Amino acid sequence: MTDPLLRVEHLTMRFGGLVAVDDLEFEAAPGEITAIIGPNGAGKTTVFNCLTGFYPPTVGRLTLSNPRKGRFLLEQMDGDRIAREAGVARTFQNIRLFSRMSVLENLMVAQHTELMRASVFSIAGLLGLPSFTRAERQAIELSRYWLHRMRLEDRAEWEAGNLPYGAQRRLEIARAMCTKPALLCLDEPAAGLNPRESAELNEILLDIRRDHGVGILLIEHDMSVVMGISDHIVVLDYGRKIADGAPEAIRNDPAVIRAYLGTDEEEELPEEVAQDLPRGMQ
Amino acid sequence: MAAHPEPAPRIDVVAALKEAGLAALVALGLAIPLVGFQTVERIDGLGIDTRFGWVAVAVAAVFAGRLLLIFVQGSRHWGSRPKRRFVRLGENTKSHLRIVGMIGLAFGLAMPLLPFADRYYVDLGTTVLIYVMLGWGLNIVVGLAGLLDLGYVAFYAIGAYSFALFAIHFDVSFWAALPVAGILAAFLGVLLGFPVLRLRGDYLAIVTLGFGEIIRIILLNWYDFTGGPNGLSGIPRPSFFGLEFSRGEGGFAATFGLDYSPMHRLIFLYYVILVLALITNLFTLRIRRLPVGRAWEALREDEIACRALGINPTITKLSAFAIGAMFGGFAGAFFATRQGFISPESFTFLESALILAVVVLGGMGSQTGVVIAALFLVLLPEFARELAQFRMLLFGGAMVLIMIWRPRGLLAHREPTVRLSDGPPAAEQSA
Repeated sequence: MTDPLLRVEHLTMRFGGLVAVDDLEFEAAPGEITAIIGPNGAGKTTVFNCLTGFYPPTVGRLTLSNPRKGRFLLEQMDGDRIAREAGVARTFQNIRLFSRMSVLENLMVAQHTELMRASVFSIAGLLGLPSFTRAERQAIELSRYWLHRMRLEDRAEWEAGNLPYGAQRRLEIARAMCTKPALLCLDEPAAGLNPRESAELNEILLDIRRDHGVGILLIEHDMSVVMGISDHIVVLDYGRKIADGAPEAIRNDPAVIRAYLGTDEEEELPEEVAQDLPRGMQ
Repeated sequence: MAAHPEPAPRIDVVAALKEAGLAALVALGLAIPLVGFQTVERIDGLGIDTRFGWVAVAVAAVFAGRLLLIFVQGSRHWGSRPKRRFVRLGENTKSHLRIVGMIGLAFGLAMPLLPFADRYYVDLGTTVLIYVMLGWGLNIVVGLAGLLDLGYVAFYAIGAYSFALFAIHFDVSFWAALPVAGILAAFLGVLLGFPVLRLRGDYLAIVTLGFGEIIRIILLNWYDFTGGPNGLSGIPRPSFFGLEFSRGEGGFAATFGLDYSPMHRLIFLYYVILVLALITNLFTLRIRRLPVGRAWEALREDEIACRALGINPTITKLSAFAIGAMFGGFAGAFFATRQGFISPESFTFLESALILAVVVLGGMGSQTGVVIAALFLVLLPEFARELAQFRMLLFGGAMVLIMIWRPRGLLAHREPTVRLSDGPPAAEQSA
């Protein structure tokens, strides 16, 4: 078997006395969509913040095997290096666009690393050398491709902050994809979307997986998204992993149901409640 | 004003009178010390004259003005302002700005040759251009990268002193020392920036303010090196490709067969700072469109998102800080050679505040706005000279008015750095 795209081992994150994530282990396979679900405060976003270098984990090893670039130990790297070198891109729960810049500029900033290399400390850029102009044209083409994919092409020159909410979500995903990542981490991409938009999001994510071979790690509360597209689900509760498996198995897992409904340990759920649950979880 | 369907609200006359009375009371409190007393010279020393007539005039004016304002506003509906429409960035103001810029440039080039341009005007123009250049330099730091720098004058001072010291001790010409002054200022920018750029907003402002003061106090106290409060004098004037602007053989005038006139040097200095300022402007316009410039603006918008995209915030901020400092250093070197004498007096916090005001009033990141604001801030106190002690009051009042009417600066519009195609823009979009 090949290396997993991401292997998380013994990940623990303590904030003072609070244990936000406790000895978490899971793997994400390349080209698969892995969902992390759990009740509020289960530590999902903390896992993301450890993966993307915003917090150094208290304990743990995070190994990313980028098929194009090799292997990286994420727990030893700063956030910007993780994005630049290891190829991990992310979006945020509360959208973080460059809101006074244009939509196209947002996508161009995402290609900073490559353009910076082409501009050779900005000298080639200041002189307007052909090598830089070519790189810039390529960057615009990649942006155009993503604008087209996200149906934002006719709004390329809008201020990003003026876009409607759903379009901002799509733009944030497009911006993350413009960094050409191996692993795309999406923090609640369907939050605040209407059912039509969230169905569209499903298609976008499936397309990204199919066409770009990018592994997707997904935090989500919207079960129609999670159950609809995930290949593999990890369930957290109070920072611990309580279940890990295919959507079908998770749907019927008693521990998961307990975590979501907060029933007593002894009490068994009636069969029909357990069956209805995934719909009711949203 | 469009007619409104609903009847205009009745204006409560008693309340209006009360409010106007209150305003008049405040005016009275302010006017008694400011207007009511005047120091006059008498045979036996200083005496105080009272001018309560003027106070009465001021209070009456405020009362009437406030009343008028209430009635004007009362007849108009609040909240009936047109809502901001979603327009493509820069679509509407772009062509106007270009025309304004062209006219400004043409005027700037022709100014010293125009008939009214005497010694005073050329000198004033040079001062304006120094502030334009400083404003453009600081615009990189504050306007683009969003780093609030309250100690920009430190780099100006470093440029001025490094040029002066080089010129005095090593007999280096202005043109040779100019790059050194810029590089030294940039170097100090990096040195300061490295530890403090992790601070944000207000904290960064306080540290830079402190840095500005530290530099000024060092200049004031390092007597052997900087001359302390006496400053440095005898700084060489710039030459025109090796020709001095002096009377007699070998001077600029004699070589070109002109009659000697001290105006030659002034006009030359004017053009030197014009060229330096234009270089700053072109550089900024160009670098904005490069990845590093876009990264500066992105950092101003959201630092966390920048990190998630692989941008190193420290290096990116440092580059903005260093480049801004470099242009401050250039301007400082020019200042030193123009004055021929520098002292720490010229590099007080007030100077930093003035440069920052140029950037903020102009509209953060707007190059044309900086020019307009510099003109305004330098010329207003100059032309208000007849008003003597009231000119700072006028100056402050004008700043307050601008901040009320244009809280984002005179020109708050922002031109995108890249477009999908260079062809004609697509049809206007409706939101």
